[in-house]
Amino acid sequence: MTASSADEQGRGAGAAFVAPAHAGSSPFARAARRLLRKKIAVICMIAIAVFYVGGAFAPLLAPYGYNHQNLDLAFHGPSLRHLFGTDALGRDTLSRNLFAARTTVIVTLATLATGFVALPVSLGLLAGYRGGFADAAISRSGEILASLPALPMLVLINATMRPRFLGWVKDVEGWLHWHGLSSSGFADYFLIFGVLSLFGWVGGMRLIRAQVLTLRRSEYVLAARASGATTRRVLFRHLLPNVMPLVVVGASASLGAIAGSEIALTFLGVGVQPPHPSFGSLISDGASRIALEHHPELLLVPAAIVATLIFAFNLLGDALNDVITPGAR
Amino acid sequence: MDGLAGYVVRRLLFLPVVLLVVSFGTFFITRWGPGDPISIYSGQYRDPEAFARVRHTYGLDKPIIVQYGIWLKDIALHGDFGVSFRYRDRTIPEIIGPKIWVSVRLGAYAFILTFLLGIPIGIYAAVKQGTWLDPFLISVFLFFQSIPVLVTVPVLVILLAVKVHWVPPGGFDGIFSRSMIIPTLALGLPGVAGVARLARATTLGALHEDFVRTARAKGLDEFTVITRHVARNAVAPVMTTVIGLSLVGLIEGALITETLLGIPGIGEYTFQSVNAKDYNVILVIVLLITFAFVLANLLVDLVLVAIDPRARLAGGGGP
Repeated sequence: MTASSADEQGRGAGAAFVAPAHAGSSPFARAARRLLRKKIAVICMIAIAVFYVGGAFAPLLAPYGYNHQNLDLAFHGPSLRHLFGTDALGRDTLSRNLFAARTTVIVTLATLATGFVALPVSLGLLAGYRGGFADAAISRSGEILASLPALPMLVLINATMRPRFLGWVKDVEGWLHWHGLSSSGFADYFLIFGVLSLFGWVGGMRLIRAQVLTLRRSEYVLAARASGATTRRVLFRHLLPNVMPLVVVGASASLGAIAGSEIALTFLGVGVQPPHPSFGSLISDGASRIALEHHPELLLVPAAIVATLIFAFNLLGDALNDVITPGAR
Repeated sequence: MDGLAGYVVRRLLFLPVVLLVVSFGTFFITRWGPGDPISIYSGQYRDPEAFARVRHTYGLDKPIIVQYGIWLKDIALHGDFGVSFRYRDRTIPEIIGPKIWVSVRLGAYAFILTFLLGIPIGIYAAVKQGTWLDPFLISVFLFFQSIPVLVTVPVLVILLAVKVHWVPPGGFDGIFSRSMIIPTLALGLPGVAGVARLARATTLGALHEDFVRTARAKGLDEFTVITRHVARNAVAPVMTTVIGLSLVGLIEGALITETLLGIPGIGEYTFQSVNAKDYNVILVIVLLITFAFVLANLLVDLVLVAIDPRARLAGGGGP
C-alpha cells in the first residue's frame, strides 16, 4: 500500500458518515503506523523486500546465467568465483537461487493480483451486494472448490492439463509469429498461477461477502443511497475501502502458501519445467543422494531461503492481523 | 444458537452435490488430457489393432460424457467403482484399502505429536502472556510451520539417516519401527503452531472465567488452577478442531512425505496413479478425500462457532 492510496482510502471513508471512533486520521494510516511500530513486522518486511528485489533483478544481480554450465567445475564447494558452490552440471548455485526467486516473484505476484485481489473482491462484492442468484452461484461454486484438497487437485490438474495447455500456447504463438512464451517458461508460470488462483479466491470472497452483508445495512450506506449515490459509487467509494483491510490481511497471510504451492508443484515435477529454475527443482536436486551426502549446501541454501521467506510472510500476516483486529490478541 | 442444526443438515445435504460435481470435474480433467492408461501400458511398439480392441473393451473410445454416464450407472446399480488399469485382478477398494491404513496410522502418529506438543505450549504461552516467552514460543513453532515438508524431509534424512545412522532413510516396516520417526516429525511439527495458538486463545478465554477466580479465591496454587480448571475447559474445543485441521494438513503433507520416503501410503499411490493415468483409482481417491475434507471442515466450522459465536457460519477455511 502506497501513501497515496492510503490517502484515497481515507478520503473514501471520510466522505461517508463514519462512526466517531474512526474520525481523525484514516483507519488505514493508523494501522500502518501501528504496524511500523512492531519491530518483528519491520524485519519481516525488510526480509521480504530483499527477496523480491533479488528476484526481480536476478538477471542483473546474478554472476552467471541460470543455465550456464561448466562441467569441469561440477559439484564444487563454495569459493570466491562461486559463492555457494556449483551443482551437478557445474551451474552456479547463487545464480540459480536468484533466478528461482524470480520464478517465485512472478508466480506470487500474478496469483496475488488475480486469485487473491481481483477475483475475491469482484466476486465478494457481487455476491454480497447483489444477493439472489449471483450470490447462490458464487457461494456454491466456492463451497465446492473449498471442499477439494488443494494440493492433490493442483497436481492432478497440472499433470493432465499441461500438454493441452502447451498445445494452446503453441497455437497462439503460431498466430502471433512470436515464440517467446514457451521457451521463456512463461507458459508454465501462467498455468501455475491460473490453477492457484482458481483455488485461491474462495476464502477472500467469503470474507468480503460477509463484510458487505453487514455493511450494506449500515447507516452510512443507507445515507449514501438516500442521497442518490449509484450502486457503483456505493460499492467502490463506501464498501470497498472498508473491506480492503481484510483483503490485505488475507492476501498477506496467503502469500507464503502461494509460494509454497508453486515450490511443491515444481518439486513433484508438474510445475515449472527444467531448465527454468525454481526452488522446487533446486530442493529436489539438492535432495538427491549424492548431493545430500557430499554437498548438503545444495539443499540447505534454497531450503533456508524458502523457509525464511515463508516464515517472514507468516509473521507479517500475524502482525497485520493483530494491528487490524486488535480484539483478536 | 438457532439454525445450527439446520445449517448442519444443509451442509450435509449439499455433500452429494459436491461429490457429483467433483466426480464430473475429475472425470473430465483426467480423461480429457492427451494419452490414456492403455497407451502407457502398451508402450511404444504396439499392435494398433490390439490397442484399439483393448481401448474398446474398457469403453475408452466413447465420448467422455458417455463414459461418465456408464461410470455413474455402474456405481448406482452395482456399487462398482470400475477397474484399476494397473492391477486388473483386484478391485479398487482392495488396492487402496491397505494404503489408506498405512497413511491413517502414520497420520495418527503425527496427530499425537502435534497434540502432545501443541496443547501444553499453547496453555503455557497463555499463562505467560505479556512476557517475552509467549511470542517467542509461538514464533519458534511458527518457524517449523513455515518450513515446507519437502524441505523438512531431506533435512531430517541428512541429520538422522546420513550423518548419524539412527533411522533408515526411507521405506516403511511397520509402525513400531524407527522408519516412522522422520515422517512423524515431518508431518507432525508443522501443525504444532496452529494447535498452540488455538489452545492459547481458548486458555486466555478461560483464564477470565468466574470459576477460575473462584478457584484462585479458594487459595488453590496456580499450577492446580491451570491444569485442573483452565486446561480442561481449553482443551476440548481445540482437540476437535485439531482433528479436522490436521486431516486437512495431513492429506497434503502425506502426498509429499510418502512420495519422498517411499512409504506405501495413499499419498504416494495418488501420485503414482496420476502419473499412470489410472483414471478410476484417481476418481475414487479424490472422492474419498473430498468426502473426508467436507466433514473435517464442517467439524472445524462448528467448533469455531462454539468457541467464538461471532464467527459467521458461512465462513470456514479462510484464506
